[in-house]
Amino acid sequence: MHKLQRLKEIPSQTAGPFLHIGCIPSQIGLNTLGGIDLGSVLLSKKTKGKRITLTGKVFDGKNIPIRDGMVEIWQADANGLYRTSETKLDGSDLNFSGWGRSHCDFESGSWTFKTIKPGPVMMKNGKWMAPHISFWFVARGINLGLNTRMYFSDEHSLNEKDPLLQELKGTKRIRTLMARKIAENSYEFNIYLQGKNETIFFEI
Amino acid sequence: MDKSDLRCQGPLYPRDKTLHPKALTPDYKSSLLRSPKMTLIPMSNTLSEITGPVFDPNILGEFDSDLTKNYCSGKQIGIGEQIIVHGKVFDENSRTIPNVLIEVWQANASGRYRHFSDSYKAPLDPYFGGCGRCVTDQNGCYSFRTIRPGAYPWPNGGNNWRPSHIHFSIFGTSFAQRLITQMYFEGDPLIKLCPIANTIEDPASLKTLVAQLDMKKTIHMDARAYQFNIILRGRFSTIFENKMDGN
Ligand SMILES: [Fe+3]
Repeated sequence: MHKLQRLKEIPSQTAGPFLHIGCIPSQIGLNTLGGIDLGSVLLSKKTKGKRITLTGKVFDGKNIPIRDGMVEIWQADANGLYRTSETKLDGSDLNFSGWGRSHCDFESGSWTFKTIKPGPVMMKNGKWMAPHISFWFVARGINLGLNTRMYFSDEHSLNEKDPLLQELKGTKRIRTLMARKIAENSYEFNIYLQGKNETIFFEI
Repeated sequence: MDKSDLRCQGPLYPRDKTLHPKALTPDYKSSLLRSPKMTLIPMSNTLSEITGPVFDPNILGEFDSDLTKNYCSGKQIGIGEQIIVHGKVFDENSRTIPNVLIEVWQANASGRYRHFSDSYKAPLDPYFGGCGRCVTDQNGCYSFRTIRPGAYPWPNGGNNWRPSHIHFSIFGTSFAQRLITQMYFEGDPLIKLCPIANTIEDPASLKTLVAQLDMKKTIHMDARAYQFNIILRGRFSTIFENKMDGN
């Protein structure tokens, strides 16, 4: 076997203000790619688990909601399993993609997902991660997509044992990772890019 | 190697931050209020980062990878210089990655985007939408046909013009490989003047975003070809325990 050359990742560039054209074209009235945006629907009737609605805004350094950005989420299914293959049975819910994408509303800046509450995820070392959703945010002015994690504020006992949250224990900023329950099965997760509430972003 | 094998592999090599732009790049004004002030907190990859979305290849429509045709479903062709943009997707281990979804968007030949918030006065092309997508084949190859985009002016406090570029959104085999970037064209004098291109401090890194004219794939009396290879983060080949720092 020949030794493979080590390459370097190509650099990121901002998604810019026109990301809708390529990623969520139907939001600007472009139906060129079939008219259904990828990631716009996570659920079908057959998806297992508790339906939840997630909403939030992303605030800039002047506390103004960003209206030209895009949020992507990645999460486990109701049993805590990630979808890893289109064809092979990996045990995860075949009626749940686990991936969603939402633009920030052009007027309010709100993004929304209709999804299910993920189950706790077992790690390779046998520890359990509390239910959480991975977030990735891109927009004009953001040079490299931002990664964070959303946890559920009403999962107190599981959050207590979550390895990442345990590691962050003692920092006041930990609260920036908690979604707030605003109604039955409805959560709000606001992201702050700067200021006293600046969200924890991870180098993953 | 099939993608599901790659998917089941381990954590990613830590990102080399020197290759990427910093969050705060004052010459690019939009970054001022949108750059986090606190440093990113490193975390060990868990299943949540080493897995990532899987797409059904059947999502692709007949003209998705042909931007010259897709806006008019093949009945009319976009105006401008016909080009083919192609390349391979690799990871940092030099392995090609099949089944990678690539989404692209761009301005038309005049430098105008089909988007309500583009205020540049250049004309819209009635035959050109500006979006496309494709998936890499079993050898990691991708290709699409499009119109060479024009340069355009943009509000950044000075007389700023973007070099011709195509925006790329790329999905690898894990959520941690997710990347959005821009492809430039060999020989464009605007690249070195561009505050956005120059958010990348390392000239060698910026150069990897510059597509090269490729006469081998250029089709006589039809379309010039540009080659743009995409390298995504590499992964450790074995799964090891996801130990959190400090544990
Ligand atoms: Fe652009």
